Amino acid sequence: MSRRLPRGKWLALLCLVPFALFFTAFQIAPLVWVAVHSLITAEGWGLGNFSKLFASRFYLQAVQHSLEISLYSSVLGLLIALFGSYSLRQIDSRLRDLVMAFANMSSNFAGVPLAFAFIILLGFNGALTLLLKQAGLIEDFNLYSRNGLILLYTYFQIPLGVLLLYPAFDALRQDWQESATLLGANRWQYWRHIALPVLTPALLGTFVILLANALGAYATVYALTTGNFNVLPIRIAALVSGDINLDPNLASALSMLLVGLMALITLTHQWLLRRSYHVAR
Amino acid sequence: MSRANQLYHRSVVWLLLLILLLPLLGTLLYSLATSWSATILPSGLTLKWYGALWSDARFLTAFAQSLLVCAGALLLAVLLILPLLFVVHYHFPRLDGLMNLLILLPFAVPPVVSSVGLLQLYGSGPLAMVGTPWILLGCYFSLSLPFIYRAISNNLQAIHLHDLMDAAQLLGASPLQAALQVILPNLRKGLMVSLFLSFSFLFGEFVFANLLVGTRFETLQVYLNNMRNSSGHFNSALVISYFSFVVLCTWAASRLNKDRT
Repeated sequence: MSRRLPRGKWLALLCLVPFALFFTAFQIAPLVWVAVHSLITAEGWGLGNFSKLFASRFYLQAVQHSLEISLYSSVLGLLIALFGSYSLRQIDSRLRDLVMAFANMSSNFAGVPLAFAFIILLGFNGALTLLLKQAGLIEDFNLYSRNGLILLYTYFQIPLGVLLLYPAFDALRQDWQESATLLGANRWQYWRHIALPVLTPALLGTFVILLANALGAYATVYALTTGNFNVLPIRIAALVSGDINLDPNLASALSMLLVGLMALITLTHQWLLRRSYHVAR
Repeated sequence: MSRANQLYHRSVVWLLLLILLLPLLGTLLYSLATSWSATILPSGLTLKWYGALWSDARFLTAFAQSLLVCAGALLLAVLLILPLLFVVHYHFPRLDGLMNLLILLPFAVPPVVSSVGLLQLYGSGPLAMVGTPWILLGCYFSLSLPFIYRAISNNLQAIHLHDLMDAAQLLGASPLQAALQVILPNLRKGLMVSLFLSFSFLFGEFVFANLLVGTRFETLQVYLNNMRNSSGHFNSALVISYFSFVVLCTWAASRLNKDRT
């Protein structure tokens, strides 16, 4: 059948070859390598790497930290983005354009520079830490702890959340709120029975992206703690680029765990979407 | 809407802006301060940290190397992705579905995972690229793929590709001529916008740069991380300089985007 392709189509197919080569070399091959080598142990093929992971309290702690930080920062980021984008919808366009433009820019303010900015502001001698201490609002604040990281992650989730959620409010028509009020619904009932159900698919979708974003984040936590805080990406990198304890196969197993977690989240999202009847629109 | 409501929404938005601005404002103030320790406000203002930064040879090298890698990667991306887009949309529209799945990979697979495979595959042997900027070109090409593919794909759907190609060929152009001289100019703006956006994203890339290359070809982000033990004021000047540059790129992209409509 392919023999019947005209000459033009063959030439066209030829144009795809360079792209396919590069994409395979830099995107697919590394992933395949990781998938294969996660199953190779010193004794040959097997699940040895994975059983080593699940028997180690150290690696399980990394998984637990990763999940906790991602979950809390995504929920907080999503809530702030929800209130923020709803209010953005209700105000005049000049301030709105300014904030949206700024959200766009600060979505690129992540990783190493963000960690540095937070150290200056909220480190042990940070200006904000001192201010809050003098005001007597906090006893002490440790940016390099789990809670500090949740705060930092939440910060970089907010602009992304706003950018993703803001368009979803198109689905909410202004007159629905008026009709609901006329029919005697209070604000809470309007949100509970109308606004939130309509926004659910967008909220879920945004939540999944935020979660994946936080799970895979490496630069911020690395720059903040020089790799001393135990999360999955840090453990993976340490096993392939540290000075001691190099074990690429174990790193592959951890990587597959991370990718598996992301896949699980995405599949759950798809399943929840299918259950919500609004998707039929 | 009632005034109390307006007041509430405006305060929420200002609060949001304040939260987003605070780390940047703090860093900006710190980069302009003569010294600032154990007090709430700095003791004096100066530009000397910027002077020190912009006369530091290592910083200028890292900046130039970052520019070089990002520009090179985007050039490679354009050379590889434009023919792909054209061929997919003109000859094999069914492949678009597959491509929409493939372009999710750079998002779905964290760079730290790709690095594990890349380090082993290209660490030694015939394709030894680890430690050289060449490997970054390939990695950054695949990071920019989703941005460029989506933007140009939307653009191609809007311009009636087949009609334009047919018209050009009826007037005597060869398919290649038609693609380069008729279709390409129509994609220029979308291409520029997606290039600016990818550029500001790639310019801040740290994971690949640090794990695969490190100090052997220092980019700006790696330099920034390696300077962690120098003066905080110096680092702040570095962060502000970096972010101003990114803002400039994003601003250029949004200007171009506005002109379009």
